[in-house]
Amino acid sequence: MDKIWLVIQREYLARVKKKSFLLVTLLTPLIFPAIMGIFVWIALEEKDNQSLRIIEVVDDNNLFFLESSEQYAFSFSNLSEEKAKELVQNGERYGFLHIPNFELKDPKGITYYGEENPSMNLISYLENNLKKKIEEQRLFESGIDPKIINEVRTKVAIKSITLDDQGTETVSDATVNYAIGFLAGILIYMFIFIYGNQIMQGVIEEKSSRIVEILVSSLKPFQLMMGKILGIAGVGLTQLLIWIVLIGTLTTIVTGFLGMQMPQQQAMEMANPEFSQGMANNSDVGEILQVLSGINVTQIVLSFIFYFLGGYLLYGALFAGIGSAVDAPSDAQQFMLPVTIPLIVAYMGLFVFVLNDPNSTTSFWLSIIPLTSPIAMMGRVSYGVPLWELILSMGLLISGFLFTTWLAGKIYRIGILMHGTKPTYKTLWKWIKTNN
Amino acid sequence: MLKIEKLNKSYGASKALTNLDLEVSKGVVFGLLGPNGAGKTTLIRIINQIIEGDSGQVYLNGELLAPKHISQIGYLPEERGLYKKMKVWDQMLYFARLKGLSPADAKLKIKFWLDKLEMSTWKDKKIEDLSKGMAQKVQFISTIIHNPPLLILDEPFSGFDPVNAEIIKNEILELKEKGTTVILSTHRMESVELLCDQVAMINRSQKILDGTIKQVKSSYRPEVFTITIDQIKQPIPPEWAAKQDETSYHFTLPLSGKTPNQLLHELMEYGEVAQFREVIPSMEEIFIHQVKSTENG
Repeated sequence: MDKIWLVIQREYLARVKKKSFLLVTLLTPLIFPAIMGIFVWIALEEKDNQSLRIIEVVDDNNLFFLESSEQYAFSFSNLSEEKAKELVQNGERYGFLHIPNFELKDPKGITYYGEENPSMNLISYLENNLKKKIEEQRLFESGIDPKIINEVRTKVAIKSITLDDQGTETVSDATVNYAIGFLAGILIYMFIFIYGNQIMQGVIEEKSSRIVEILVSSLKPFQLMMGKILGIAGVGLTQLLIWIVLIGTLTTIVTGFLGMQMPQQQAMEMANPEFSQGMANNSDVGEILQVLSGINVTQIVLSFIFYFLGGYLLYGALFAGIGSAVDAPSDAQQFMLPVTIPLIVAYMGLFVFVLNDPNSTTSFWLSIIPLTSPIAMMGRVSYGVPLWELILSMGLLISGFLFTTWLAGKIYRIGILMHGTKPTYKTLWKWIKTNN
Repeated sequence: MLKIEKLNKSYGASKALTNLDLEVSKGVVFGLLGPNGAGKTTLIRIINQIIEGDSGQVYLNGELLAPKHISQIGYLPEERGLYKKMKVWDQMLYFARLKGLSPADAKLKIKFWLDKLEMSTWKDKKIEDLSKGMAQKVQFISTIIHNPPLLILDEPFSGFDPVNAEIIKNEILELKEKGTTVILSTHRMESVELLCDQVAMINRSQKILDGTIKQVKSSYRPEVFTITIDQIKQPIPPEWAAKQDETSYHFTLPLSGKTPNQLLHELMEYGEVAQFREVIPSMEEIFIHQVKSTENG
């Protein structure tokens, strides 16, 4: 045990002391707020500097009216198509919208001409307005007053509340659950890949530089392997912790700073006009807080740490086993497939099944099988998972990593002393079967 | 010190060690000889408990080899390496601690050895910044830092320049004086004759020879004599391929079934026998002869 601890220390310090570690750890969190800041800044700049864009509208039906916005103004005329196109060509107009004569049942041939590609925003703005107008007109023609329609139009927002056995009510919001599951799943996925690779590189380094022969004359190969896996886990946890603290502080600072220049609402509106309408009605700050307090934070944090480490240990052992079997990283490719495929399945499964329907059969199995559970279960935990499922999944994950560690240990103790031979799956199997 | 009985090890179908018996007495330098692939590395790895034998026993100081003996053995493998990015001091400390030294004890010993081999100024340098010879010294110190009673050195001189090889050789002899038992595995026969008290030769998984240098040398006598004859009375037969300088003729002759006296008597016919001496084979010749004879027979 003493010796494992020594190896853990060495592996940890050797990585944490590196300049590259310091750089990555400190710069990565800067990138997120920086990107966010840049976007907001650009948006603000654009808004300030924007000249009004005038769009010529020729409506052969004499029916439509488009309301000008801060960005776009609409000038209505009866110019001929050619004249209007000329206006665009010589730059007098930003664009030209031609609405030909059509049956209201079948609005065809509406065309936009512009010198540059119109933004999605503009097109959907035009489409929405025209659609609304046509609908109103058709309703009017069937004898319904548009005023009534406007009165009848209702916003519906469903407030979702989960009930447990005791009848306790908690306000939930699928968006928040989705975001938590999404973030946690991706973090675990990335962590397994990045640090799993570091384990493999480390093993290959020790093997190819022949340090390993000296090391294994002082301690058991298994101790060396576990020490490396645990030491690197420590590096990962350190990095994660620093990131959480840094991102938290920086985001607060950046949003705080920008918040003074631009109200939240406006920022939202710029990002997504449709969304903001929903937000305005649905969730004031109090309600968001209510949603957040409804989430079982302790359970999420604890399961995150558990699956984070469990998944890492399960895959870490496999990465160590692979590293021990090969002489150079390029040879590792052939053994990587069985390790990467379940990881990618878990990752895809998280998006395709788990986050969309956390309680489906597929989601259940993805979150129970140890190879996929670290990523998939995190997508479910934020929505709330029955306790027995969580315990089953965690139990299986523990036995899973005990198994992979045992398996990798068998390969490792022979692999690290083998040089110059390219092993196949058959030789690996032989090593696993060998007893000493 | 070390006793090995009927040790067997095979990798699949190929035998690495067959019924090997070996005894190394305390305080000697023991040469382990044999061509590549003979089974030396396998034997050394078994003694170091890196791998296990299939059958047979290894005793260290009368006790069956067990994990607790790890701290009593120092091992310098033939293929050796250090962590390139680690500093000399940290590296030595790591190896010493792995061998079971306390931090305080380890630091004391490292300082002692760094001073002794005049390396103190490098202690904060990374291994990748050292010359090969310097790195080899670091490696050597790492091997002996925990004062092991048994030292196993696999080709310790490979990669050393003559100056550093001499330093290491002297350190080995000094350790021997202090009672350390050294097992030296090497192809370099000149260092065997210089350093070793006892040797064992392994070929194709079997021990083919062992004993003190003197015993080994007397076990193989090619029965060849070097002869010098002056004042020729009758011409020397050309098939003897004698070299002539001024009035003397130098050549070598095998006994070819005769006794030395009979041969000497014959030679006296040709002139004055100025020199008549049995050729004592070098370890290298014995090595080559033994390997060839086991391979042919």
